[in-house]
Amino acid sequence: MTIPAFAVEGLGHRFGQRQVLRGVSFSINPGEFTVLLGLNGAGKTTLFSLATRLYAQGEGAIRVFGMDIQRQPLRCLQQMGAVFQQPTLDLDLSLEQNLYYHCALHGISRRDAARRIAVEVERVGLSDRRRDKARQLSGGQRRRVEIARALLHRPQLLLLDEPTVGLDISSRQFLLDHVRQLCREEGLAALWATHLIDEAGDGARVIVLHRGEVRADGATGAILGATRAPSLRAAFETLVQERAAA
Amino acid sequence: MRPIHYLRCLIGVSLREWLRFLNQRGRFFSALVRPLVWLAIFATGFQFVLGVSIIPPYDTYIPYSIYIAPGLIAMILMFNGMLSSLSMVYDREMGSMRVLMVSPLPRWFLLTAKLFAGVIVSVLQAYAFLAIALFWEIEPPWYGYIAVLPALILSGLMLGALGLLLSSAIRQLENFASVMNFVIFPMFFASSALYPLWHVKEASLLLYRICLANPFTHAVELIRFALYGQVEPVSAAVLVAATIIFLALAVYGYDPAKGLMARRTAE
Repeated sequence: MTIPAFAVEGLGHRFGQRQVLRGVSFSINPGEFTVLLGLNGAGKTTLFSLATRLYAQGEGAIRVFGMDIQRQPLRCLQQMGAVFQQPTLDLDLSLEQNLYYHCALHGISRRDAARRIAVEVERVGLSDRRRDKARQLSGGQRRRVEIARALLHRPQLLLLDEPTVGLDISSRQFLLDHVRQLCREEGLAALWATHLIDEAGDGARVIVLHRGEVRADGATGAILGATRAPSLRAAFETLVQERAAA
Repeated sequence: MRPIHYLRCLIGVSLREWLRFLNQRGRFFSALVRPLVWLAIFATGFQFVLGVSIIPPYDTYIPYSIYIAPGLIAMILMFNGMLSSLSMVYDREMGSMRVLMVSPLPRWFLLTAKLFAGVIVSVLQAYAFLAIALFWEIEPPWYGYIAVLPALILSGLMLGALGLLLSSAIRQLENFASVMNFVIFPMFFASSALYPLWHVKEASLLLYRICLANPFTHAVELIRFALYGQVEPVSAAVLVAATIIFLALAVYGYDPAKGLMARRTAE
């Protein structure tokens, strides 16, 4: 039996009186590309903040390759790469300096870091911009750097929170293709949070999160079948409205 | 994670702090100009108003500029500690703190590394000030320049730890002005930086006791004695204790489960 790369079991979270996540459960296997689809305010960022230990976890459990994030937070973080919704590059440092800083935070030696940075920067097509200040890069390029950075410590799980916000179509497509390729070729598990339905694509596994609850979880085809909707957009609208009407 | 991983992390965090400092040259000049203005204008103006009798570690009458030099060095360390905490608040608002917080090294170590990184920058600025202060004939004995190093590091750690603690409590960048009003100025003025404590005691016993309880006073005194190759053990002990308390509270403040961050997200 395969140990899931990422598993969430009965996860709940509240900000004061407001319940933002309620009984959220799902798991992702190694090599699987999963889209977490939800409107703004659905609870996606809260889920990511809990998974990366930025918020303290209340109800339920989060496991990374079978390890409980409450009990073994540091080992879990070692296995995990994260791209946050908010840009996190230090704009006054060069692309390369930002990446060296990340390597240092993971205890990677300078020599090893140089090798890994060369590989990852090449993969995202920014080798010629290594010495440029992050400030000089476009939004799409900065996002590429953040994905390269998230992979430097060779995690087996990649969490991406709305990584394409504010990017043009070609940059979005580049990032999507890149992450899908990593899943396919390197067995990386990826959870891609978005509110853009077209990022789910054909055949992708989709988890619909709405008002802190999982409304659907399955391959695009299965969701279309269950909702009898002609498109994922229509299915999403049905799922989002169903409970609101009820 | 082995000790070498911790060391690499410490070097990486220090390097980033240094690169940021180099990128903000204005920060370097303002850090130096501030105490130099005090030295050039305030000390000269008050030269004949404030008399300084012979008090340890000085063995003769000294000009006022020599008296306030340790206080101005401590001022550099304090401003740098507070700026470092300001950068933590900025990093949190801008999102780059997340990169630090998702490192697989323990959070207490990451905060300590950040603290050390800030202290390195502070100490270099303090030495730059001492070099320029030679023009005002502030010339401690040669061994004073070496002996003051541990005092600078310890004082820098205490003030940096206080900055970290404040950064865990400050919600927004805008609130930092309150730190200036309620922390920096009271700490600086209610200390032995500008006037000897016996002067203060004559004027107000209560203020004297406040000055004695102020860890900044002990930073100033540790630096003052160290510049003449002497150790002020009480001040050293107070600084060690204050550093430990401030750092422990800062680590608590940054703990997602217990500290102020948890409370903040719950609001």
